[in-house]
Amino acid sequence: MMAENSADNRTETPAETLSVAWQKTELARHPKRPYPMEFIQSLFTDFSEIHGDRSFADDLAMACGMARFHDEPVMVIANVKGRTTKEKVARNFGMPNPEGYRKALRAMKFAEKFGRPVFTFIDLIGANPGLGAEERGQAEAIARNLREMARLRVPILATITGEGGSGGALALAVADRVLMLENAVYSVISPEACASIMWRDASKRALAAEALRTNSESVLRLGCVDAIVPEPQGGAQNDPELAIKFLDEALQQHLSELKKLATDELVRCRILKFRNMARFFTEG
Amino acid sequence: MSWFKRNENENEIETTSEKNVRTEGLWTKCDSCNQTIWKADLESNLNVCPKCGKHFKLSAKARIDSLLEPGYRLIDTDLRSTDPLNFTDLKPYKARLKKAQRDTGMNDAILTALGNLGPHAIVLSAMEYAFIGGSMGAVVGETISRAADHSLETRHPLVIIATSGGARMMEGIVSLMQLPKISARLALMDDAKVPYISVLTDPTFGGVTASFAMLGDLNVAEPDALIGFAGPRVIEQTIRQKLPEGFQRSEFLLEHGMLDAVVPRRELKQYLIRALDFMQPGSVALHPVGQNSAGSS
Repeated sequence: MMAENSADNRTETPAETLSVAWQKTELARHPKRPYPMEFIQSLFTDFSEIHGDRSFADDLAMACGMARFHDEPVMVIANVKGRTTKEKVARNFGMPNPEGYRKALRAMKFAEKFGRPVFTFIDLIGANPGLGAEERGQAEAIARNLREMARLRVPILATITGEGGSGGALALAVADRVLMLENAVYSVISPEACASIMWRDASKRALAAEALRTNSESVLRLGCVDAIVPEPQGGAQNDPELAIKFLDEALQQHLSELKKLATDELVRCRILKFRNMARFFTEG
Repeated sequence: MSWFKRNENENEIETTSEKNVRTEGLWTKCDSCNQTIWKADLESNLNVCPKCGKHFKLSAKARIDSLLEPGYRLIDTDLRSTDPLNFTDLKPYKARLKKAQRDTGMNDAILTALGNLGPHAIVLSAMEYAFIGGSMGAVVGETISRAADHSLETRHPLVIIATSGGARMMEGIVSLMQLPKISARLALMDDAKVPYISVLTDPTFGGVTASFAMLGDLNVAEPDALIGFAGPRVIEQTIRQKLPEGFQRSEFLLEHGMLDAVVPRRELKQYLIRALDFMQPGSVALHPVGQNSAGSS
């Protein structure tokens, strides 16, 4: 459950080029892959950002805003990594601080108050391993989001567009529908961090990626997400417009399904879904 | 060639119990105050150093014994992981599980008991650090969810004693999904106003801190316990500077407003009773004592 942000710049070894799991990880991190804000700019209109957690700061690694989805007012929440080096530093490489999770929850409560659906877009390597993040209660901030999202009284649709990194991703993913783009990954830990713990060698990241089964197909098979959204041949970066079209269709379909449910039923189904998820044990 | 050669087996006395008569095992050195302590003194003091008050780790079973009245009942003890990822690092996960099961006599890193804490009937779950670092996979997630379900049905308060390195990475995404599973149960408990107290002990990290351990009506910790989300080593490597003295200790969390109280182990039972008196003014029938008792022989 920890992130390591320095490792993804290392060059690939020959073994890694042969590892399917590692190639998937690289694709999810592809520098030209559309980021959440790019999806948002095409999928929504009238985006008006709202800032701050009303407690400490405005976290630039997390963006929230009012917007319209096919004319309907909705709340949009996204991780923001940044493209240029300067932007990446300002946005802490997309790793939120506690105030980011708290801002997101404030936005969700705001949406709940006025009965607007919530769309989240997830793309981060993991939570932020930093001094201030611990001082200000990163664990508490994530935990609170998990509990409050479970009982939020409006539809929540989460999409993992790139990297779904551990608790940081989960803090936006306790949703009625969790979608994964075909080439996205979802994992309890980054392959680099897993390799350095289990193999005591961060360069074994391809082996770790293989063992963790982080690709969309595996995660769906384990029942930990609801659906996979197809991508254009070779990945979303090859044809962003088509990738956006596929996602738009999926979101429209899932939103219309969710809107048929009465609020009590919606929340009951969401909680039940997570209760029945990931039950891999024998008894007796 | 030495003058005296010790026969390897000479001093080995075959015992099945933990206690044996070898004198070396009778004393231990406190790694905090460096004083030599008689082990029996340490054990009768709930594994707290009688000289300096350092809190050593305590097994899940000993935790339950220290809080519940005799006659409690252990439940959900026979759940076992099915290794959903067929995970292998340097060693297969299945082999790690087997070894942990042999070493601890438990099926996974958690025990749940139904019993009485003074005048209160409660559901008590205690984590076991000796079982793969107290990590949370599908079995821990299910067992805690069942404990919460039991609390919801009976309205008996839930107390969870946490100690964990975090999510069990050998179960990958399956382990991550235990966080929302449990947190959603706690949302239901919160709605139903059934009390839940989280007790954090040394160490508590990762997905356990970032879910149920920080979601109590009260969050209390033992003194000097290491508690956080990211581990100190990872943070040090990332920020490339030494962490301040006392970082991520209970007292540090208390100072930063993350805990309701730091409670020494000896005072925990009385603290919990008082807290439940406050949260549970109406009387709830106590657990029957004496039947099916798996605990406290």
